[in-house]
Amino acid sequence: MSTDMSQFYQVFFEEAAELLAEKENLLLGIDIDAPDPEQLNAIFRAAHSIKGGASTFGFADMTEVTHILESLLDRVRKGEARLTGVMVDAFLNAADVLKAQLAGHRGEGAPDPAAAAAVCATLKSLAGQGSAPIATAVPGAAVEAAPVQGGQTFAIEFDLPAGGKNPAVLDNLLKDLQGRGRMEIVQRPDASVGGHYVLRLATAISEEDIWEALAFVVDPAGLKIGIDAGVPPAQEAPAADATGYGFFEPLYQALVNPAAPGAGESRPEGRRESDEPGVDGLRTGRRASDKVAVSSNTDATSIRVNIEKVDQLINLVGELVITQAMLAQTTSRLDQEANETLAKSMGQLQRNTRDLQEAVMAIRMMPVSFVFSRFPRVVRDLATKLGKEVELKTVGEGTELDKGLIEKIADPLNHLVRNSLDHGIESPAVREAAGKPAKGTVTLRAFHQGGSVVIEVSDDGAGLNRERILAKAMERGLAVHDGMSDGEVWQLIFEAGFSTAEVVTDVSGRGVGMDVVKRNIHALSGSIDIQSVRGQGTQMSIRLPLTLAILDGLSVAVGDQTFIVPLTCIVECFQPRSAEIKSVAGTAKLVQVRGDFLPVVELHRYFHIPRRGPEMEKGIMIIMESDGERKAVFVDELLGQHQVVIKSLESNYRRVQGVSGATIMGDGRVALILDVAAIVRESATPARATA
Amino acid sequence: MNPATQSIERPAGQAAAAGNRGNEFLTFVLGNEEYGIEILKVQEIRGYETVTAIANTPAFIKGVLNLRGVIVPIVDLRIKFNLGSADYNDFTVVIILNIDKRVVGIVVDSVSDVITLSGESVRPAPEFSSSLDTGYIMGLGTVDQRMLILMDIEKLMSSNEMALRDPATH
Repeated sequence: MSTDMSQFYQVFFEEAAELLAEKENLLLGIDIDAPDPEQLNAIFRAAHSIKGGASTFGFADMTEVTHILESLLDRVRKGEARLTGVMVDAFLNAADVLKAQLAGHRGEGAPDPAAAAAVCATLKSLAGQGSAPIATAVPGAAVEAAPVQGGQTFAIEFDLPAGGKNPAVLDNLLKDLQGRGRMEIVQRPDASVGGHYVLRLATAISEEDIWEALAFVVDPAGLKIGIDAGVPPAQEAPAADATGYGFFEPLYQALVNPAAPGAGESRPEGRRESDEPGVDGLRTGRRASDKVAVSSNTDATSIRVNIEKVDQLINLVGELVITQAMLAQTTSRLDQEANETLAKSMGQLQRNTRDLQEAVMAIRMMPVSFVFSRFPRVVRDLATKLGKEVELKTVGEGTELDKGLIEKIADPLNHLVRNSLDHGIESPAVREAAGKPAKGTVTLRAFHQGGSVVIEVSDDGAGLNRERILAKAMERGLAVHDGMSDGEVWQLIFEAGFSTAEVVTDVSGRGVGMDVVKRNIHALSGSIDIQSVRGQGTQMSIRLPLTLAILDGLSVAVGDQTFIVPLTCIVECFQPRSAEIKSVAGTAKLVQVRGDFLPVVELHRYFHIPRRGPEMEKGIMIIMESDGERKAVFVDELLGQHQVVIKSLESNYRRVQGVSGATIMGDGRVALILDVAAIVRESATPARATA
Repeated sequence: MNPATQSIERPAGQAAAAGNRGNEFLTFVLGNEEYGIEILKVQEIRGYETVTAIANTPAFIKGVLNLRGVIVPIVDLRIKFNLGSADYNDFTVVIILNIDKRVVGIVVDSVSDVITLSGESVRPAPEFSSSLDTGYIMGLGTVDQRMLILMDIEKLMSSNEMALRDPATH
């Protein structure tokens, strides 16, 4: 049994993580003074679903925390307790504890039981405060209540807009309810017109179950469920309700006392629907209803697929593209007139493979909101800690980029946002003195530009202090002078161990970080750029390639070998005249480009490949830039521009100096992709032959 | 494709059958010597195709090859052990090995046979000096008066000496 369950663990983990993130977002968005009942319901549902899953899989610690959380949330949404800022904080803390517990069950670190206990205590004390009846939010208390004998009759009322949902879905729902008790349709308007529905249901299942079943189809804001006084209910039901926590009563009774008529058989069904929504179509239903607050009619359907399967698909399509290129090359040598149909089909094949490749690559694309969504919390916590008022704006969350990039960009972004809050945004008093609104703004913006994605972190804070950075740089013995351009000065903050912060806080200021940020972004073959105006703010722009799997490259020939140069590193290409090439001490060469002398890296020397001819002027100079440094790389010939699929050399071989990877060309041969950063950096000391 | 290309795909599931009857070995020729390697390490056998050379590598690493989309390094054992003449023609054979989930190709003069050796017909290798360290020899097998050098190809290919992996992985 336990082994059977474990295969669902992963689904639960992902599901629970999503629900937690959703809950956190809702909590952050809630208006404490006038909470939207729909939001409260959504938060409650998230907590309830996590609890259901956790108890199904036997994660007792999570069940306990969510249970207490849920009890308090339930009272808040019923209007029995008023939502306070302290509560929101407690809810967020509970979410953190749950995350830690979830990580613990995943086998990533051990959760802190003390933290869980502390959160439970806080939540319990909060639940104890407020209005009249004290909810004893422990399962034991609920179990002690007398079991419900039969059931009760609910009056259910809701509105459906015309043509809003599929009528078949409603039919199924009604059938489902009928199966759980005696149901009477009091009023049912024509599905195509829409309108007010009134149902009467005599059943043993709880109000909550009805609520959940209906919430998939009906907008919960317009849903009313009440106990119908017209039909005599079971005698215990009103008593249970009066405790103010009668809500879950039937659940515990059903669990503890499965022999109770009706409850035993209907309960497991209800659980399955809410706890393992991934198994059947209801999952999408729940999603749609949860997102009602954002957009009322999004029927987003999705499936969860293992990332390995997607990667395998991408690899296979890569193969197909190469095979197609090989075929195209072969057929292009045939007589075009005699093989007209073949040529036509080849054109069609090429289009289809390209479309297929694009479609498959799009599977790995995810909206950048996956990263952005964590920042409201970060900003909120940090602003409180620093005593600043900060508003976070996000723009372009729908911008898509590769999943691999999304995961790797999170840390650098986190760092930049923290930096903006700590160093950028001033304290409210300082801001007001400077004539700015007391509340600072940090903006996260993502957009596509050309073949890349740009993510900007901007603030309306103090801006970078040029004098202080320069002074600090001199103090640290860096080569700086007063005549440096602003752009050059700003780049100094990416030096290791560089911090101008007056006070080292636990947020930032230790000077470790910006260099790591820059290194991480370079590792993703991206770049980072700073713009800053004193007193008005700072903007950091991260530019990233759309994907890590495909690269735009220029193919060049050196001797009989082909290399790929990433297009992003190329500044310009030109054919040098012999007069422009100078040598220093006989060997080291320099090339003169518009008055500047750039060091030349002769690729045939770097890779020890015999050249075709000795003359330099027959070859091509490619000016490459990396880390702000430029070198001219000398090759024999430019062949063409390609989109190449990046393959790892290391999976079967090892790292090779000056080479970042390999790809397969149209003729099926392997071409190596140049590691421009390494070549620009190391070319001063050419690679030593080991053979 | 050249006529000598013979692609023998061998599913890894044949291990069980070999169980009691001894081990199966693929035998190949390097110069005048006959070698054997465990058949289960062999993925396929194919003809030699032009490879992409890699700079600053030992001479016996010929370069890398595209094997249906996988980049595979190719090692010429004839150069490594100074056996035979390292020329490449239609009869040059590459044995693609699958060792520890990594794929690597070895160039040999020719592939001869698959034979089954029982435990008794394998003798331990005596200590002697050669370019092939005796540590990489599992034993010497005898088949019809011929001597077969049984090579521990996994150990050899994983060794630092072959420089096929990043030193950090050891």
